[in-house]
Amino acid sequence: MNLFNFFGKKTFPHGIHPEGFKEETHDHQTRRLPFPPQVTLPLAQSVGKPPVPIVHIGQHVQRGELIAKANGFMSVPLHASVTGTVKRIELVPDAATGNKEQAIIIQTSLSSSQIAVHHASQDFEQMSPEQLIQAIQDIGLVGLGGAAFPAHVKLNIPKEHKVHTVIVNGCECEPFMTTDHRVMLEQIDYMLTGIHIIMKAVGAEKAIIGIEDNKLNVIEEIKPFLPSDGRITIEAVMTKYPQGAGKMLVYSLLGQETPSGERSSSIGVIIYNVATLASLGELFPQAQGFIERVITITGDNLNNPGNYLVPIGTPLRYILEHAEFTGIEAELILGGPMMGTPVGFLNTPVKKSTGTVLVLDERSSKYADSSPCIKCSRCLQACPINLNPSELGLLAAKRKYDVMEEQFHLKDCFECGSCSYVCPSNIPLVQYFRIAKTLNKERHLLDASELQ
Amino acid sequence: MANQPKIDIRSSPFIHKAPTVPEIMRNVVYALLPLAAYAVWQFGISAFALMMTTVLSCIATEHLFCKLSHKASTIGDASAIITGLLLAMTLPPGFPLWMGAVAGFIAISMGKTLFGGIGFNVFNPALVGRAFIQAAFPVSITTWTPALAANRFVEFIPSTLALPFMKPLPTAEWTTQVSIDGFAGATPLSLMKFQGIMTDSYDLFMGFTAGSTGETSTLLILLCGAYLVFKNMLDWRIPAAVIFGTALTSACFYMMDSSHYPSPSFMIFSGGLMFAAVFMASDMVASPVTPMGIFVFGLLVGFLTVIIRLFGGLTEAVMYAILLGNAATPIIESYTQPHIFGYKGKNNHE
Repeated sequence: MNLFNFFGKKTFPHGIHPEGFKEETHDHQTRRLPFPPQVTLPLAQSVGKPPVPIVHIGQHVQRGELIAKANGFMSVPLHASVTGTVKRIELVPDAATGNKEQAIIIQTSLSSSQIAVHHASQDFEQMSPEQLIQAIQDIGLVGLGGAAFPAHVKLNIPKEHKVHTVIVNGCECEPFMTTDHRVMLEQIDYMLTGIHIIMKAVGAEKAIIGIEDNKLNVIEEIKPFLPSDGRITIEAVMTKYPQGAGKMLVYSLLGQETPSGERSSSIGVIIYNVATLASLGELFPQAQGFIERVITITGDNLNNPGNYLVPIGTPLRYILEHAEFTGIEAELILGGPMMGTPVGFLNTPVKKSTGTVLVLDERSSKYADSSPCIKCSRCLQACPINLNPSELGLLAAKRKYDVMEEQFHLKDCFECGSCSYVCPSNIPLVQYFRIAKTLNKERHLLDASELQ
Repeated sequence: MANQPKIDIRSSPFIHKAPTVPEIMRNVVYALLPLAAYAVWQFGISAFALMMTTVLSCIATEHLFCKLSHKASTIGDASAIITGLLLAMTLPPGFPLWMGAVAGFIAISMGKTLFGGIGFNVFNPALVGRAFIQAAFPVSITTWTPALAANRFVEFIPSTLALPFMKPLPTAEWTTQVSIDGFAGATPLSLMKFQGIMTDSYDLFMGFTAGSTGETSTLLILLCGAYLVFKNMLDWRIPAAVIFGTALTSACFYMMDSSHYPSPSFMIFSGGLMFAAVFMASDMVASPVTPMGIFVFGLLVGFLTVIIRLFGGLTEAVMYAILLGNAATPIIESYTQPHIFGYKGKNNHE
């Protein structure tokens, strides 16, 4: 059982308490961002295989129309996010990796009404789990919390696992972000519909909405809408980073550890982000494609921060212009300040998994030199999964990447960054671990190819 | 957006909040200052001169070795000041200054810079210096003088100003001059060990006894330690485990034969144990980082302290106990790696 629950607040051991800065945008109602003159839609919007384009250059497409179809099960289709003309299909740099990826570039017809097409209506109550999974894949939905895992793939649960609970993740534990906060306030009906669809698809008896206790007003808002049969409940969990990590939230709510290397379904749980479920609940009944989402635009030197409904593929330059960025120097981040992706190119488009555009200048920690580890053990007391970042960091500096993996559980690190955040010596711990993981992966691939 | 902003690229996380290493070290210095002031009040200008000597010696040594190894000088991180202060506080107040300078040199050179400087030392540097001095100058390091001598602010203890390589002046005569009620020159521990006399725990707690420069007042040590714990710059688990280990071990002996063995409270409040537990054993670099390891380390230090005090030939038990604990740190860590989340019921190392 979870010992921490005895002290009144549901939570997990360790973690950190960074300043939230959420008050800067959490009262900003979602407004629609004007349509940009052009959108760039990279085909690879999720983990898995990129979809295959089915449009040609010069073709007129309507908002919501399918423009690339899924390539197998581990793939999500792509829909046009604006009405306009396909200008180019070419390689553009990817924000996360820097590699060039294929993208469809559509020039917006500014005179068009921008009404989204929708197909036949469908009722999830009448559909089998297989039909539901197929229908969800057709929407092109990915995990909107940032992981970009295809929403339908999670539903393909191994036969030996029986899911009893859907965990609805409304923690939003990263500083600055308020997307989920707004979605939970503004799209309660859609969110509940989404929860029902997932419960039906996996045959779960109950669902628990987990929300950090810095958003108690949201809990009060949602409570009256919960169905009376008690199958969907809502729980406050302690405001602490990384509460929104799936494993951590499951532990806080149910007191169960997800076994290392296994999916949460092995302990009968499936986890979805609130925004993912709200989009599902909105799009599913009309079988629409996923083409826009709520994005928090926040940070330093912005005259007009807030929450905006943004078409997928909108370039960051357009967003920053709209939010009236006034700085001359900045770090540009897709996602939160703890786990977000840095971007160096203003033409980078927002993707399906982009929940926040963060601009940091004064509040960035900036680059600083590190000094030797003084073994203060702060990182051990911060690591939510109880690794020994101090030792891992020393090994990484010696490039003993194999020892890190074999003896110190490098693979269990999910890169929350808490260790780097608390390090007095400013050692780039999680940054080291990312490099180590990447190099280990390459080494394993090499080993495997040599065996063949 | 007027024109193209300059975009910096870095890997996440983009925020960081922690005191820097120099900040932590400076706070430890602040925590030691009240103890230093109390020592000066007790022992006068001799104590002041001794602390200045060791601190300056430590700083100069660190600077010298950094220059010799063509590295930027690291004296700015204030850790050499800590070593100097800790060292002085474990020495008798009338310790010859030139020996104090040697102690500081050995502490930093053999205890710290040879291993690679801050973060790489295997032992607490101050204790390395003290262990060397213990062997090199066994007489001077066990020559104690009484606290609160009347002329302490105008006159040095005679041994303080001994010239290098000369025999220090005997202090016995001076001691009888200044002492009101026939000071024996022995610390509570040596009274216990060699004469079987117990000192009252209240006197020990308040620091009204003979002893090393900064180790005598338990109350003040606890207050200064509490400041560091409050600032989250001292791991309270280490002192707690050391004190617990000492109490536990001495309680065992006390229960076996209370006429022969001293009580746990005497053990905890005497001989600089409290000072060592709060400021020496808690040296982050030379103690384990794993939660279980910290506890094991503290218990081991406490246990060894009692054993050496009761059955060893010397009274300076805590010092050796901590040095042994430091030496055992890598092996303690290797056996106490934390239990990883998600391995419940599984072997961590499969």
